[in-house]
Amino acid sequence: MQRAAGARVGPGTAPRARRGGLRWGPLVPIAPALLVVLVLFVYPFAYGLALSLHPIGALARGGMLANYAAFFGTPWERASIWNTLRLAVPVSALDLALALPLAYRLRRPLPGQRLITALLVIPMTLGTVLLAEGMIEFFGPAGWANKALLALHLVRMPVQFVHNYTGVFISLAIADFPAVFLVLLGYASGVDPRLEQAARTLGAGWWARLRRVTLPLLAPGIAAAAALSFVATFSVFPSAVLVGEPAGSTRVIALAAWQAAYEQFDYPRASAIAMVMAAIELVFVALVLAARNRAYRGPTIGGRG
Amino acid sequence: MSAVARAPRARTDGGSSWWVYAAVAAFALLVAGIFLSAFLNSIASSWFGGWLPDGYTMRWYRFALAEFNLGYVLWVTVVVGVSVTVLSLILGVPAAYVLARHAFPGRAPLLLLLVLPMLVPPITYGIPLAAMLYAAHLGGSLAGVIVVNIVPALPFAVLIMTPFFEQIDPNLERAARTLGAGPVQVFRRVLLPIALPGVLAAGLLILVRAIALFELTFLVSGARSQTLVVALYYTAFAAGIRPAQAIDAMAVVYMVTGLVVLLAALRFINPVNMVIRVRQ
Repeated sequence: MQRAAGARVGPGTAPRARRGGLRWGPLVPIAPALLVVLVLFVYPFAYGLALSLHPIGALARGGMLANYAAFFGTPWERASIWNTLRLAVPVSALDLALALPLAYRLRRPLPGQRLITALLVIPMTLGTVLLAEGMIEFFGPAGWANKALLALHLVRMPVQFVHNYTGVFISLAIADFPAVFLVLLGYASGVDPRLEQAARTLGAGWWARLRRVTLPLLAPGIAAAAALSFVATFSVFPSAVLVGEPAGSTRVIALAAWQAAYEQFDYPRASAIAMVMAAIELVFVALVLAARNRAYRGPTIGGRG
Repeated sequence: MSAVARAPRARTDGGSSWWVYAAVAAFALLVAGIFLSAFLNSIASSWFGGWLPDGYTMRWYRFALAEFNLGYVLWVTVVVGVSVTVLSLILGVPAAYVLARHAFPGRAPLLLLLVLPMLVPPITYGIPLAAMLYAAHLGGSLAGVIVVNIVPALPFAVLIMTPFFEQIDPNLERAARTLGAGPVQVFRRVLLPIALPGVLAAGLLILVRAIALFELTFLVSGARSQTLVVALYYTAFAAGIRPAQAIDAMAVVYMVTGLVVLLAALRFINPVNMVIRVRQ
Protein backbone atom coordinates (compact mmCIF):
# COMPACT_ATOMS: atom_id res chain seq x y z
CA MET A 1 0.00 0.00 0.00
CA GLN A 2 2.82 2.36 0.87
CA ARG A 3 4.77 1.72 -2.28
CA ALA A 4 2.28 3.72 -4.34
CA ALA A 5 3.51 6.87 -2.60
CA GLY A 6 7.11 6.14 -3.52
CA ALA A 7 6.29 5.48 -7.16
CA ARG A 8 4.62 8.80 -7.82
CA VAL A 9 5.99 10.22 -11.03
CA GLY A 10 4.76 13.77 -10.64
CA PRO A 11 6.99 16.62 -11.78
CA GLY A 12 8.43 17.10 -8.29
CA THR A 13 9.34 13.47 -7.66
CA ALA A 14 10.44 12.47 -11.15
CA PRO A 15 14.18 11.97 -10.48
CA ARG A 16 13.54 9.65 -7.52
CA ALA A 17 11.08 7.57 -9.48
CA ARG A 18 13.45 7.19 -12.40
CA ARG A 19 16.29 6.03 -10.19
CA GLY A 20 14.11 3.30 -8.74
CA GLY A 21 12.88 2.22 -12.19
CA LEU A 22 9.38 2.88 -13.39
CA ARG A 23 6.70 1.20 -11.32
CA TRP A 24 3.36 0.44 -12.90
CA GLY A 25 1.42 0.16 -9.63
CA PRO A 26 -0.04 3.69 -9.67
CA LEU A 27 -1.17 3.19 -13.26
CA VAL A 28 -3.42 0.25 -12.38
CA PRO A 29 -6.59 2.42 -11.99
CA ILE A 30 -6.44 3.19 -15.70
CA ALA A 31 -6.59 -0.50 -16.66
CA PRO A 32 -10.39 -1.03 -16.56
CA ALA A 33 -11.01 1.97 -18.84
CA LEU A 34 -8.28 0.82 -21.20
CA LEU A 35 -9.70 -2.70 -21.27
CA VAL A 36 -13.16 -1.38 -22.17
CA VAL A 37 -11.76 0.73 -25.02
CA LEU A 38 -9.75 -2.23 -26.31
CA VAL A 39 -12.64 -4.71 -26.18
CA LEU A 40 -15.49 -2.45 -27.27
CA PHE A 41 -13.70 -0.12 -29.69
CA VAL A 42 -10.33 -1.37 -30.95
CA TYR A 43 -11.42 -4.98 -31.37
CA PRO A 44 -14.70 -4.20 -33.21
CA PHE A 45 -12.83 -1.77 -35.42
CA ALA A 46 -10.24 -4.44 -36.31
CA TYR A 47 -13.02 -7.00 -36.70
CA GLY A 48 -14.83 -4.63 -39.10
CA LEU A 49 -11.65 -4.14 -41.11
CA ALA A 50 -11.13 -7.92 -41.36
CA LEU A 51 -14.80 -8.44 -42.19
CA SER A 52 -14.63 -5.88 -44.99
CA LEU A 53 -11.84 -7.91 -46.63
CA HIS A 54 -13.98 -11.06 -46.82
CA PRO A 55 -16.71 -10.27 -49.32
CA ILE A 56 -19.82 -12.44 -49.40
CA GLY A 57 -22.55 -13.15 -51.94
CA ALA A 58 -22.01 -11.98 -55.51
CA LEU A 59 -18.79 -10.19 -54.50
CA ALA A 60 -17.21 -13.29 -52.93
CA ARG A 61 -15.21 -14.15 -56.04
CA GLY A 62 -13.89 -10.62 -56.54
CA GLY A 63 -10.96 -10.96 -54.16
CA MET A 64 -10.20 -9.23 -50.88
CA LEU A 65 -10.90 -5.71 -52.05
CA ALA A 66 -14.15 -6.52 -53.89
CA ASN A 67 -16.27 -4.62 -51.34
CA TYR A 68 -14.17 -1.50 -51.77
CA ALA A 69 -14.11 -1.88 -55.55
CA ALA A 70 -17.90 -2.24 -55.55
CA PHE A 71 -18.32 0.90 -53.45
CA PHE A 72 -16.00 3.10 -55.49
CA GLY A 73 -17.08 1.50 -58.79
CA THR A 74 -20.78 2.25 -58.36
CA PRO A 75 -21.54 5.93 -59.09
CA TRP A 76 -24.65 5.83 -56.85
CA GLU A 77 -22.63 4.56 -53.87
CA ARG A 78 -19.62 6.74 -54.60
CA ALA A 79 -21.85 9.83 -54.71
CA SER A 80 -22.65 9.37 -51.00
CA ILE A 81 -19.14 10.61 -50.15
CA TRP A 82 -19.75 13.86 -52.02
CA ASN A 83 -23.29 14.14 -50.59
CA THR A 84 -21.81 13.95 -47.09
CA LEU A 85 -18.83 16.24 -47.65
CA ARG A 86 -20.91 19.00 -49.17
CA LEU A 87 -22.98 19.04 -45.97
CA ALA A 88 -20.30 18.40 -43.34
CA VAL A 89 -17.66 20.87 -44.54
CA PRO A 90 -19.85 23.97 -45.07
CA VAL A 91 -21.90 23.31 -41.90
CA SER A 92 -18.74 22.98 -39.79
CA ALA A 93 -17.24 26.10 -41.38
CA LEU A 94 -20.41 28.13 -40.84
CA ASP A 95 -20.77 27.05 -37.20
CA LEU A 96 -17.10 27.84 -36.52
CA ALA A 97 -17.42 31.26 -38.15
CA LEU A 98 -20.52 32.05 -36.06
CA ALA A 99 -19.30 30.57 -32.78
CA LEU A 100 -15.78 32.03 -32.84
CA PRO A 101 -16.60 35.74 -32.36
CA LEU A 102 -19.30 34.90 -29.82
CA ALA A 103 -17.06 32.61 -27.77
CA TYR A 104 -14.22 35.14 -27.95
CA ARG A 105 -16.43 38.00 -26.74
CA LEU A 106 -18.15 35.89 -24.05
CA ARG A 107 -14.88 34.85 -22.41
CA ARG A 108 -15.18 38.14 -20.52
CA PRO A 109 -18.37 38.75 -18.49
CA LEU A 110 -21.21 40.51 -20.24
CA PRO A 111 -24.57 41.49 -18.71
CA GLY A 112 -26.85 38.48 -19.06
CA GLN A 113 -23.94 36.09 -19.62
CA ARG A 114 -25.64 33.06 -18.09
CA LEU A 115 -28.83 33.57 -20.11
CA ILE A 116 -26.85 34.04 -23.34
CA THR A 117 -24.84 30.87 -22.73
CA ALA A 118 -27.98 28.93 -21.85
CA LEU A 119 -29.77 30.14 -25.00
CA LEU A 120 -26.85 29.08 -27.17
CA VAL A 121 -26.48 25.67 -25.52
CA ILE A 122 -30.14 24.65 -25.12
CA PRO A 123 -30.55 23.42 -28.74
CA MET A 124 -28.40 20.47 -27.58
CA THR A 125 -31.51 19.06 -25.93
CA LEU A 126 -33.82 19.53 -28.92
CA GLY A 127 -32.88 16.21 -30.46
CA THR A 128 -32.81 15.37 -34.13
CA VAL A 129 -36.43 14.33 -34.35
CA LEU A 130 -37.95 17.34 -32.62
CA LEU A 131 -35.73 19.58 -34.73
CA ALA A 132 -36.84 17.75 -37.86
CA GLU A 133 -40.55 17.73 -36.97
CA GLY A 134 -40.41 21.37 -35.88
CA MET A 135 -38.58 22.32 -39.08
CA ILE A 136 -41.10 20.52 -41.28
CA GLU A 137 -43.79 22.70 -39.71
CA PHE A 138 -41.82 25.95 -39.24
CA PHE A 139 -40.29 25.91 -42.74
CA GLY A 140 -43.22 24.14 -44.41
CA PRO A 141 -45.36 25.81 -47.13
CA ALA A 142 -47.82 27.05 -44.46
CA GLY A 143 -45.23 27.46 -41.69
CA TRP A 144 -44.22 30.65 -39.92
CA ALA A 145 -41.04 31.17 -41.96
CA ASN A 146 -42.90 31.18 -45.29
CA LYS A 147 -45.81 33.16 -43.81
CA ALA A 148 -43.37 35.86 -42.66
CA LEU A 149 -41.57 35.91 -46.03
CA LEU A 150 -44.91 36.20 -47.88
CA ALA A 151 -46.22 38.88 -45.51
CA LEU A 152 -43.06 40.94 -46.03
CA HIS A 153 -43.43 40.47 -49.81
CA LEU A 154 -39.93 39.00 -49.98
CA VAL A 155 -41.19 36.02 -51.96
CA ARG A 156 -44.26 35.39 -54.09
CA MET A 157 -44.48 31.63 -53.62
CA PRO A 158 -43.63 29.60 -50.50
CA VAL A 159 -39.97 28.60 -50.55
CA GLN A 160 -39.16 24.91 -50.22
CA PHE A 161 -36.82 24.68 -47.24
CA VAL A 162 -37.27 21.04 -46.22
CA HIS A 163 -36.97 17.62 -47.85
CA ASN A 164 -33.89 18.80 -49.71
CA TYR A 165 -30.26 19.83 -49.14
CA THR A 166 -31.26 23.11 -47.44
CA GLY A 167 -33.32 21.28 -44.81
CA VAL A 168 -30.47 18.99 -43.77
CA PHE A 169 -28.05 21.93 -43.84
CA ILE A 170 -30.20 24.03 -41.46
CA SER A 171 -30.89 21.08 -39.18
CA LEU A 172 -27.21 20.12 -38.88
CA ALA A 173 -26.10 23.73 -38.42
CA ILE A 174 -28.48 24.19 -35.47
CA ALA A 175 -27.79 20.80 -33.88
CA ASP A 176 -24.01 21.16 -34.19
CA PHE A 177 -23.67 24.77 -33.02
CA PRO A 178 -23.84 24.30 -29.19
CA ALA A 179 -20.95 21.81 -29.08
CA VAL A 180 -18.73 23.99 -31.32
CA PHE A 181 -19.54 27.00 -29.17
CA LEU A 182 -18.80 25.19 -25.88
CA VAL A 183 -15.43 23.90 -27.07
CA LEU A 184 -14.38 27.34 -28.37
CA LEU A 185 -15.61 29.01 -25.18
CA GLY A 186 -13.44 26.66 -23.11
CA TYR A 187 -10.36 27.56 -25.14
CA ALA A 188 -11.12 31.28 -25.46
CA SER A 189 -11.43 31.66 -21.69
CA GLY A 190 -7.99 30.04 -21.38
CA VAL A 191 -6.27 32.79 -23.40
CA ASP A 192 -4.59 35.37 -21.20
CA PRO A 193 -6.14 38.80 -22.02
CA ARG A 194 -2.82 40.49 -21.14
CA LEU A 195 -1.29 39.12 -24.34
CA GLU A 196 -3.74 41.13 -26.41
CA GLN A 197 -3.23 44.19 -24.21
CA ALA A 198 0.52 43.88 -24.71
CA ALA A 199 0.00 43.79 -28.48
CA ARG A 200 -2.13 46.91 -28.27
CA THR A 201 0.42 48.69 -26.14
CA LEU A 202 2.95 47.91 -28.86
CA GLY A 203 0.70 49.65 -31.38
CA ALA A 204 -1.02 46.74 -33.13
CA GLY A 205 -4.42 47.56 -34.64
CA TRP A 206 -7.40 45.25 -34.17
CA TRP A 207 -6.75 43.40 -37.42
CA ALA A 208 -3.07 42.84 -36.61
CA ARG A 209 -4.00 41.71 -33.09
CA LEU A 210 -6.61 39.34 -34.43
CA ARG A 211 -4.37 37.86 -37.11
CA ARG A 212 -1.07 37.76 -35.24
CA VAL A 213 -2.11 37.18 -31.61
CA THR A 214 -5.68 36.05 -31.03
CA LEU A 215 -6.23 33.60 -33.88
CA PRO A 216 -2.88 31.81 -33.43
CA LEU A 217 -3.59 31.43 -29.70
CA LEU A 218 -7.04 30.06 -30.47
CA ALA A 219 -5.74 27.74 -33.20
CA PRO A 220 -5.80 24.62 -30.96
CA GLY A 221 -9.40 25.38 -29.96
CA ILE A 222 -10.44 26.03 -33.55
CA ALA A 223 -8.80 22.76 -34.57
CA ALA A 224 -10.52 20.79 -31.80
CA ALA A 225 -13.90 22.36 -32.56
CA ALA A 226 -13.47 21.77 -36.30
CA ALA A 227 -12.55 18.12 -35.76
CA LEU A 228 -15.42 17.40 -33.35
CA SER A 229 -17.89 19.27 -35.54
CA PHE A 230 -16.78 17.37 -38.63
CA VAL A 231 -17.13 14.02 -36.80
CA ALA A 232 -20.66 14.93 -35.74
CA THR A 233 -21.86 16.27 -39.11
CA PHE A 234 -20.04 13.68 -41.20
CA SER A 235 -21.58 10.67 -39.46
CA VAL A 236 -25.14 11.81 -38.89
CA PHE A 237 -28.01 10.40 -40.85
CA PRO A 238 -31.39 10.79 -39.08
CA SER A 239 -31.77 14.38 -40.28
CA ALA A 240 -30.69 13.41 -43.80
CA VAL A 241 -33.67 11.04 -43.81
CA LEU A 242 -36.25 13.16 -41.98
CA VAL A 243 -35.72 16.62 -43.50
CA GLY A 244 -33.65 15.61 -46.50
CA GLU A 245 -34.00 13.71 -49.69
CA PRO A 246 -32.61 10.32 -48.63
CA ALA A 247 -33.13 8.72 -52.03
CA GLY A 248 -31.20 11.48 -53.80
CA SER A 249 -29.17 14.54 -52.94
CA THR A 250 -28.83 13.79 -49.20
CA ARG A 251 -28.08 10.07 -49.33
CA VAL A 252 -25.15 10.40 -46.97
CA ILE A 253 -22.43 7.79 -46.49
CA ALA A 254 -23.67 6.72 -43.03
CA LEU A 255 -27.01 5.93 -44.63
CA ALA A 256 -25.26 3.91 -47.35
CA ALA A 257 -23.47 1.88 -44.65
CA TRP A 258 -26.68 1.37 -42.68
CA GLN A 259 -28.62 0.27 -45.76
CA ALA A 260 -25.93 -2.28 -46.65
CA ALA A 261 -26.02 -3.74 -43.13
CA TYR A 262 -29.70 -3.62 -42.24
CA GLU A 263 -31.52 -3.63 -45.55
CA GLN A 264 -29.27 -5.96 -47.55
CA PHE A 265 -27.77 -7.78 -44.52
CA ASP A 266 -24.33 -7.57 -46.13
CA TYR A 267 -22.20 -6.85 -43.07
CA PRO A 268 -18.86 -7.16 -44.93
CA ARG A 269 -19.90 -4.53 -47.49
CA ALA A 270 -21.31 -2.30 -44.71
CA SER A 271 -18.01 -2.67 -42.84
CA ALA A 272 -16.11 -1.65 -45.98
CA ILE A 273 -18.23 1.53 -46.26
CA ALA A 274 -17.66 2.16 -42.54
CA MET A 275 -13.89 1.84 -43.07
CA VAL A 276 -14.06 4.34 -45.95
CA MET A 277 -15.89 6.70 -43.57
CA ALA A 278 -13.27 6.28 -40.87
CA ALA A 279 -10.46 6.86 -43.38
CA ILE A 280 -12.03 10.09 -44.69
CA GLU A 281 -12.66 11.21 -41.13
CA LEU A 282 -9.09 10.56 -40.00
CA VAL A 283 -7.66 12.27 -43.11
CA PHE A 284 -9.76 15.32 -42.30
CA VAL A 285 -8.64 15.35 -38.66
CA ALA A 286 -5.01 15.02 -39.80
CA LEU A 287 -5.46 17.95 -42.22
CA VAL A 288 -6.98 20.08 -39.46
CA LEU A 289 -4.11 19.28 -37.11
CA ALA A 290 -1.56 20.05 -39.84
CA ALA A 291 -3.24 23.40 -40.50
CA ARG A 292 -3.17 24.07 -36.78
CA ASN A 293 0.55 23.40 -36.60
CA ARG A 294 1.10 25.81 -39.49
CA ALA A 295 -0.86 28.47 -37.64
CA TYR A 296 0.70 28.04 -34.25
CA ARG A 297 3.42 25.98 -32.64
CA GLY A 298 3.59 26.02 -28.88
CA PRO A 299 1.78 24.88 -25.77
CA THR A 300 -1.84 23.83 -26.24
CA ILE A 301 -2.87 25.86 -23.24
CA GLY A 302 -2.64 29.16 -25.06
CA GLY A 303 -0.82 31.67 -22.93
CA ARG A 304 -2.52 30.86 -19.63
CA GLY A 305 -0.30 31.35 -16.59
CA MET B 1 -3.86 50.35 -39.04
CA SER B 2 -2.76 53.24 -36.85
CA ALA B 3 -6.11 54.98 -37.23
CA VAL B 4 -7.83 52.00 -35.66
CA ALA B 5 -5.22 51.73 -32.95
CA ARG B 6 -5.91 55.32 -31.87
CA ALA B 7 -9.66 54.78 -31.67
CA PRO B 8 -11.22 55.60 -28.27
CA ARG B 9 -10.53 52.96 -25.64
CA ALA B 10 -14.17 52.31 -24.80
CA ARG B 11 -14.91 51.23 -28.36
CA THR B 12 -12.16 48.68 -28.60
CA ASP B 13 -12.55 47.11 -25.18
CA GLY B 14 -15.97 45.82 -24.28
CA GLY B 15 -17.81 48.90 -25.47
CA SER B 16 -19.83 47.65 -28.40
CA SER B 17 -21.36 44.27 -27.69
CA TRP B 18 -24.74 44.87 -29.31
CA TRP B 19 -23.87 42.36 -32.02
CA VAL B 20 -23.60 39.59 -29.40
CA TYR B 21 -27.17 40.27 -28.27
CA ALA B 22 -28.36 40.56 -31.88
CA ALA B 23 -26.74 37.26 -32.90
CA VAL B 24 -27.99 35.42 -29.82
CA ALA B 25 -31.49 36.86 -30.31
CA ALA B 26 -31.55 35.77 -33.97
CA PHE B 27 -30.40 32.27 -33.08
CA ALA B 28 -32.84 32.00 -30.17
CA LEU B 29 -35.68 33.26 -32.39
CA LEU B 30 -34.99 30.61 -35.02
CA VAL B 31 -34.77 27.82 -32.42
CA ALA B 32 -37.85 29.10 -30.58
CA GLY B 33 -39.80 29.27 -33.85
CA ILE B 34 -38.93 25.66 -34.64
CA PHE B 35 -39.65 24.46 -31.11
CA LEU B 36 -42.94 26.38 -30.82
CA SER B 37 -44.09 25.07 -34.22
CA ALA B 38 -43.71 21.53 -32.93
CA PHE B 39 -45.05 22.34 -29.46
CA LEU B 40 -48.18 24.20 -30.65
CA ASN B 41 -48.86 21.43 -33.14
CA SER B 42 -48.67 18.88 -30.32
CA ILE B 43 -51.45 20.68 -28.41
CA ALA B 44 -53.48 21.69 -31.48
CA SER B 45 -56.84 20.14 -32.15
CA SER B 46 -56.27 21.22 -35.75
CA TRP B 47 -54.02 23.76 -37.46
CA PHE B 48 -54.74 24.74 -41.04
CA GLY B 49 -53.22 27.79 -42.66
CA GLY B 50 -53.50 30.28 -39.77
CA TRP B 51 -50.72 31.78 -37.68
CA LEU B 52 -51.99 29.86 -34.64
CA PRO B 53 -53.84 26.55 -34.19
CA ASP B 54 -57.62 26.54 -34.46
CA GLY B 55 -58.07 25.02 -30.99
CA TYR B 56 -56.15 23.27 -28.23
CA THR B 57 -56.29 19.79 -26.77
CA MET B 58 -54.22 17.38 -24.70
CA ARG B 59 -55.39 14.30 -26.54
CA TRP B 60 -52.18 13.82 -28.56
CA TYR B 61 -50.24 13.36 -25.33
CA ARG B 62 -52.79 10.78 -24.11
CA PHE B 63 -52.58 9.15 -27.53
CA ALA B 64 -48.74 9.08 -27.43
CA LEU B 65 -48.78 7.66 -23.92
CA ALA B 66 -51.01 4.77 -24.98
CA GLU B 67 -50.01 4.19 -28.61
CA PHE B 68 -46.22 4.56 -28.39
CA ASN B 69 -45.89 2.86 -25.02
CA LEU B 70 -44.29 6.11 -23.90
CA GLY B 71 -44.04 5.10 -20.24
CA TYR B 72 -41.99 2.02 -21.05
CA VAL B 73 -39.77 3.87 -23.54
CA LEU B 74 -39.08 6.58 -20.94
CA TRP B 75 -38.19 3.90 -18.41
CA VAL B 76 -35.74 2.28 -20.86
CA THR B 77 -34.23 5.72 -21.58
CA VAL B 78 -33.72 6.42 -17.88
CA VAL B 79 -32.25 2.96 -17.19
CA VAL B 80 -29.86 3.23 -20.16
CA GLY B 81 -28.89 6.85 -19.42
CA VAL B 82 -28.25 6.29 -15.72
CA SER B 83 -26.42 2.96 -16.20
CA VAL B 84 -24.18 4.41 -18.91
CA THR B 85 -23.41 7.46 -16.77
CA VAL B 86 -22.64 5.48 -13.62
CA LEU B 87 -20.48 2.92 -15.45
CA SER B 88 -18.57 5.63 -17.36
CA LEU B 89 -17.89 7.44 -14.09
CA ILE B 90 -16.74 4.26 -12.31
CA LEU B 91 -14.36 3.51 -15.19
CA GLY B 92 -13.48 7.10 -16.04
CA VAL B 93 -12.79 8.67 -12.64
CA PRO B 94 -9.74 6.48 -11.79
CA ALA B 95 -8.41 6.82 -15.35
CA ALA B 96 -8.80 10.61 -15.29
CA TYR B 97 -7.08 10.74 -11.91
CA VAL B 98 -4.08 8.79 -13.14
CA LEU B 99 -3.81 10.92 -16.29
CA ALA B 100 -4.01 14.11 -14.24
CA ARG B 101 -1.45 13.08 -11.62
CA HIS B 102 1.15 10.90 -13.26
CA ALA B 103 3.59 11.57 -16.05
CA PHE B 104 4.70 8.27 -17.55
CA PRO B 105 6.14 7.09 -20.85
CA GLY B 106 3.36 6.55 -23.36
CA ARG B 107 0.94 8.89 -21.63
CA ALA B 108 0.17 10.87 -24.82
CA PRO B 109 -0.57 7.81 -27.02
CA LEU B 110 -2.63 6.29 -24.20
CA LEU B 111 -4.69 9.46 -23.89
CA LEU B 112 -5.15 9.48 -27.65
CA LEU B 113 -6.33 5.87 -27.57
CA LEU B 114 -8.79 6.64 -24.76
CA VAL B 115 -10.16 9.65 -26.66
CA LEU B 116 -10.15 8.11 -30.15
CA PRO B 117 -13.71 6.72 -29.95
CA MET B 118 -14.89 10.35 -29.84
CA LEU B 119 -13.05 11.18 -33.07
CA VAL B 120 -14.37 8.32 -35.17
CA PRO B 121 -17.95 8.18 -36.46
CA PRO B 122 -19.94 5.80 -34.20
CA ILE B 123 -21.30 3.89 -37.18
CA THR B 124 -17.77 2.74 -38.18
CA TYR B 125 -17.28 0.60 -35.08
CA GLY B 126 -21.02 0.37 -34.34
CA ILE B 127 -21.78 -2.00 -37.21
CA PRO B 128 -19.10 -4.61 -36.30
CA LEU B 129 -19.84 -4.09 -32.59
CA ALA B 130 -23.51 -4.77 -33.24
CA ALA B 131 -22.55 -7.91 -35.17
CA MET B 132 -20.39 -9.02 -32.21
CA LEU B 133 -23.19 -8.38 -29.72
CA TYR B 134 -25.70 -10.32 -31.81
CA ALA B 135 -23.20 -13.20 -31.93
CA ALA B 136 -22.95 -13.01 -28.12
CA HIS B 137 -26.79 -13.01 -27.89
CA LEU B 138 -26.72 -9.50 -26.43
CA GLY B 139 -28.12 -7.86 -29.55
CA GLY B 140 -31.48 -6.20 -29.01
CA SER B 141 -31.20 -6.48 -25.22
CA LEU B 142 -31.08 -3.69 -22.70
CA ALA B 143 -27.60 -4.84 -21.60
CA GLY B 144 -26.38 -4.59 -25.21
CA VAL B 145 -27.68 -1.03 -25.54
CA ILE B 146 -25.92 -0.04 -22.31
CA VAL B 147 -22.65 -1.68 -23.41
CA VAL B 148 -22.45 0.11 -26.77
CA ASN B 149 -23.30 3.48 -25.27
CA ILE B 150 -20.34 3.25 -22.89
CA VAL B 151 -17.92 3.43 -25.85
CA PRO B 152 -18.43 7.14 -26.65
CA ALA B 153 -19.39 8.09 -23.05
CA LEU B 154 -16.18 6.85 -21.41
CA PRO B 155 -13.74 9.02 -23.47
CA PHE B 156 -15.97 12.02 -22.83
CA ALA B 157 -15.89 11.29 -19.09
CA VAL B 158 -12.08 10.98 -19.08
CA LEU B 159 -11.68 14.13 -21.16
CA ILE B 160 -13.80 16.41 -19.00
CA MET B 161 -12.75 15.01 -15.63
CA THR B 162 -8.96 15.12 -16.10
CA PRO B 163 -8.89 18.93 -15.60
CA PHE B 164 -11.02 18.61 -12.44
CA PHE B 165 -8.36 16.40 -10.86
CA GLU B 166 -5.54 18.63 -12.13
CA GLN B 167 -7.03 21.48 -10.13
CA ILE B 168 -6.85 19.61 -6.82
CA ASP B 169 -3.76 20.41 -4.75
CA PRO B 170 -1.51 17.30 -4.58
CA ASN B 171 -0.36 18.40 -1.12
CA LEU B 172 -3.71 17.28 0.30
CA GLU B 173 -3.00 13.73 -0.81
CA ARG B 174 0.57 13.90 0.48
CA ALA B 175 -0.69 15.06 3.86
CA ALA B 176 -3.19 12.19 4.03
CA ARG B 177 -0.47 9.70 3.08
CA THR B 178 1.87 11.10 5.72
CA LEU B 179 -0.89 10.49 8.23
CA GLY B 180 -0.94 6.85 7.19
CA ALA B 181 -3.78 6.64 4.69
CA GLY B 182 -3.49 4.04 1.94
CA PRO B 183 -4.24 4.86 -1.73
CA VAL B 184 -7.82 3.59 -1.52
CA GLN B 185 -8.43 5.56 1.66
CA VAL B 186 -6.90 8.71 0.13
CA PHE B 187 -9.15 8.34 -2.87
CA ARG B 188 -12.30 7.72 -0.85
CA ARG B 189 -11.80 10.13 2.05
CA VAL B 190 -9.83 13.00 0.47
CA LEU B 191 -10.09 13.08 -3.34
CA LEU B 192 -13.66 12.00 -3.92
CA PRO B 193 -15.26 14.52 -1.51
CA ILE B 194 -13.32 17.36 -3.19
CA ALA B 195 -13.96 16.15 -6.72
CA LEU B 196 -17.60 15.22 -6.12
CA PRO B 197 -19.17 18.45 -7.52
CA GLY B 198 -17.04 18.11 -10.64
CA VAL B 199 -17.86 14.42 -10.96
CA LEU B 200 -21.59 15.11 -10.59
CA ALA B 201 -21.46 17.87 -13.19
CA ALA B 202 -19.57 15.58 -15.55
CA GLY B 203 -22.18 12.91 -14.86
CA LEU B 204 -24.99 15.24 -15.86
CA LEU B 205 -23.22 16.12 -19.13
CA ILE B 206 -22.63 12.44 -19.85
CA LEU B 207 -26.32 11.83 -19.16
CA VAL B 208 -27.36 14.57 -21.62
CA ARG B 209 -25.17 13.00 -24.29
CA ALA B 210 -26.24 9.45 -23.51
CA ILE B 211 -29.91 10.40 -23.83
CA ALA B 212 -29.23 12.12 -27.16
CA LEU B 213 -26.97 9.50 -28.70
CA PHE B 214 -28.74 7.94 -31.64
CA GLU B 215 -26.61 5.84 -33.98
CA LEU B 216 -25.29 3.16 -31.63
CA THR B 217 -28.61 2.57 -29.87
CA PHE B 218 -30.27 2.47 -33.26
CA LEU B 219 -27.88 -0.26 -34.42
CA VAL B 220 -28.31 -2.65 -31.49
CA SER B 221 -31.70 -1.98 -29.92
CA GLY B 222 -34.60 -4.36 -30.33
CA ALA B 223 -38.31 -3.78 -29.94
CA ARG B 224 -38.07 -3.90 -26.13
CA SER B 225 -34.88 -1.88 -25.71
CA GLN B 226 -35.51 1.31 -27.68
CA THR B 227 -34.60 4.59 -26.07
CA LEU B 228 -36.70 7.69 -26.66
CA VAL B 229 -34.54 9.00 -29.54
CA VAL B 230 -34.72 5.72 -31.43
CA ALA B 231 -38.43 5.20 -30.80
CA LEU B 232 -38.99 8.77 -32.02
CA TYR B 233 -36.96 8.16 -35.16
CA TYR B 234 -38.98 5.06 -35.98
CA THR B 235 -42.29 6.87 -35.52
CA ALA B 236 -41.13 9.90 -37.50
CA PHE B 237 -39.67 7.67 -40.20
CA ALA B 238 -43.00 5.88 -40.53
CA ALA B 239 -44.76 9.25 -40.80
CA GLY B 240 -48.26 8.98 -42.16
CA ILE B 241 -49.09 5.93 -40.07
CA ARG B 242 -49.51 8.05 -36.97
CA PRO B 243 -50.73 11.64 -36.64
CA ALA B 244 -47.96 14.24 -36.81
CA GLN B 245 -49.33 15.89 -33.66
CA ALA B 246 -48.70 12.70 -31.67
CA ILE B 247 -45.11 12.51 -32.95
CA ASP B 248 -44.67 16.14 -31.90
CA ALA B 249 -46.10 15.33 -28.47
CA MET B 250 -43.49 12.61 -28.03
CA ALA B 251 -40.71 14.89 -29.31
CA VAL B 252 -41.74 17.52 -26.76
CA VAL B 253 -41.57 14.94 -23.96
CA TYR B 254 -38.07 14.07 -25.20
CA MET B 255 -36.96 17.70 -25.29
CA VAL B 256 -38.27 18.38 -21.78
CA THR B 257 -36.42 15.32 -20.42
CA GLY B 258 -33.13 16.52 -21.90
CA LEU B 259 -33.75 20.15 -20.95
CA VAL B 260 -34.29 19.31 -17.27
CA VAL B 261 -30.96 17.47 -17.13
CA LEU B 262 -29.11 20.19 -19.05
CA LEU B 263 -30.45 23.01 -16.88
CA ALA B 264 -29.45 21.03 -13.81
CA ALA B 265 -25.96 20.67 -15.29
CA LEU B 266 -25.74 24.40 -16.06
CA ARG B 267 -26.69 25.23 -12.46
CA PHE B 268 -23.74 23.21 -11.18
CA ILE B 269 -21.10 24.28 -13.66
CA ASN B 270 -20.24 27.37 -15.59
CA PRO B 271 -19.44 26.21 -19.13
CA VAL B 272 -16.69 28.85 -19.30
CA ASN B 273 -14.74 26.82 -16.75
CA MET B 274 -15.54 23.50 -18.34
CA VAL B 275 -12.32 22.80 -20.12
CA ILE B 276 -12.71 20.35 -22.96
CA ARG B 277 -9.27 19.99 -24.40
CA VAL B 278 -6.72 17.35 -25.07
CA ARG B 279 -3.51 18.16 -23.28
CA GLN B 280 -0.42 16.97 -25.06
